[in-house]
Amino acid sequence: MYGGGNTFEGIKTDSLAQEDPAKLAEFEARIERGEKIEPSDWMPQLYRRQLIRMIEQHAHSEIIGALPEGTWITRAPGFKRKMALMAKVQDEVGHAQLLYSAAETLGKSREQMIEDLITGKSKYSNVFNYPTFTWADCCFISWLVDAGAIVNQLANAKGSYGPYCRALDRICAEESFHLKYGHHCVIYLASGSAKQRQMFQEALNRWWAPMMHFFGPSDKISAHTEVLMRWKVKMGTNDEMRNQFLDMYVPKIWELGFTIPDPNLKKNPETGKWEYTEPDWEEFKRVINGGGPCNKERLEVRRIAEARGKWVREALKSNKTAYVTPLA
Amino acid sequence: MTFALKELLYKMADDQLILGHRNSEWTGMGPLLEEDIAFSSMAQDKVGQSLALYTLLHKLGESDPDTMAFTRNANQFHNCILVELPNQEYDFSLIRHFLFDTAEALRFEALTHSSYEPLAQLAQKIRGELRYHTLHANTWIKQLGTATPESISRLQHSLELALPYALGIFEPSPYEAELMAAGIFEGEQALQDKWLVRIESICRQTSLVLPDLKVVTPVLGGRTGKHSEHLQPLLDEMSEVFRIDPGAEW
Repeated sequence: MYGGGNTFEGIKTDSLAQEDPAKLAEFEARIERGEKIEPSDWMPQLYRRQLIRMIEQHAHSEIIGALPEGTWITRAPGFKRKMALMAKVQDEVGHAQLLYSAAETLGKSREQMIEDLITGKSKYSNVFNYPTFTWADCCFISWLVDAGAIVNQLANAKGSYGPYCRALDRICAEESFHLKYGHHCVIYLASGSAKQRQMFQEALNRWWAPMMHFFGPSDKISAHTEVLMRWKVKMGTNDEMRNQFLDMYVPKIWELGFTIPDPNLKKNPETGKWEYTEPDWEEFKRVINGGGPCNKERLEVRRIAEARGKWVREALKSNKTAYVTPLA
Repeated sequence: MTFALKELLYKMADDQLILGHRNSEWTGMGPLLEEDIAFSSMAQDKVGQSLALYTLLHKLGESDPDTMAFTRNANQFHNCILVELPNQEYDFSLIRHFLFDTAEALRFEALTHSSYEPLAQLAQKIRGELRYHTLHANTWIKQLGTATPESISRLQHSLELALPYALGIFEPSPYEAELMAAGIFEGEQALQDKWLVRIESICRQTSLVLPDLKVVTPVLGGRTGKHSEHLQPLLDEMSEVFRIDPGAEW
């Protein structure tokens, strides 16, 4: 799961002046023709840096995102949910594995990326800095946060960097099952007892603001990223992604009889765009910079897991045992 | 006969459910991503196996699987104590996985010959899944059991800690003679003898020293509902949402 919201800050394009103009022109022409850039191909430093940053943040979002839902695996009600949630969260960890590998093709090791995550140097999706108080919060994430992630990821899968696109194709296929699972859970809450309906309504009230933040600051205030759009690193503006999400999922939420906690939310029939109360972007910045309700806890859990597993990783480097790949 | 058969199915179903639950606690916490994913796969297999076994029980007249798994108290569970112990560090989880799944692989191998046809068929399927679990366990025990002084001493310590509980897997049952006579199950002692041979064979390929089982006192009681203090909190957590409204569909 991933939102592109915090990926792109102001881009300094000064370094482009140092690139070989002929190579740069050929690179841009290839992207223009719809070709994919592969790891051994020439690429501008800025492209490499931005892709590492984006793929790395995406990978971090997957492993941190496993935590708020993961805590509900041991509490999921009934066999069906328990098994499905285990498989779903496992997928997310698998996505991290795929994405770290994709980022490694650009020259940064998985170990270094994880180090940068736990020291706070690199970021992950803001939405995971909020708590999951009830089962319904977990269902909200499985359905709607995954839905938002799919909107972003389907767009990014059409980007220009081959290894990232291929990882995203597979990720999107798996996420589409998550979406069905999450939707199914929410339908059961919606059509269940008054208590179950109330649980989801409360989750929706808690998660709507983080969900609107998920796609990143409004285009009016977000950093200019034209060069990244031209290079097909960024495939759509934050507002476009947010609008697409609202267009697909607001009707589904309403159909289930829930109230979205924004009285100004409506689709403008003339522009075809959704209108809503402007999300609180100061709150968004505060949470990204460490001030959210769960930032400390999420990183602490990750730090502890890394520290506890260190001896295992060290022991793997020793190869006293001649290991033969099993044929099973 | 039905009572003896149910007792056998209950202890196997409860073992799978509780260890599956424990394995799933590694999700997001594994020592490396690949192990996180591996423990999750094994957790899914085990919980799925428990569901299949509870379904056999349901066909024999017991409650539905969700009710059995999510509403009984600890003293109604028949799992061995080994599987309910907290995960602790990775070395303990790995050793438990090795000791338990080696026994499981042999158990379901034997059950493919059971005269109770539904169980024989299910055992065939479960045996196939367990091949990967033992392959995983053996690979890791051989690697970590020979690698660094720290990894060897951690595994050795956990092996000594887990062994008395592992013997509890084979806690004898008063109804066993009946099952053996009917050709349903070959009995716990036969299983333990084969288990020991396999465990010894893997340990010999490492720097680990398997303690002499004659001086290890088995920790028993799990099969008759006498558990450690760890099981009830696990069950309370597992049923937390289910109990909000046991009549509801989730």
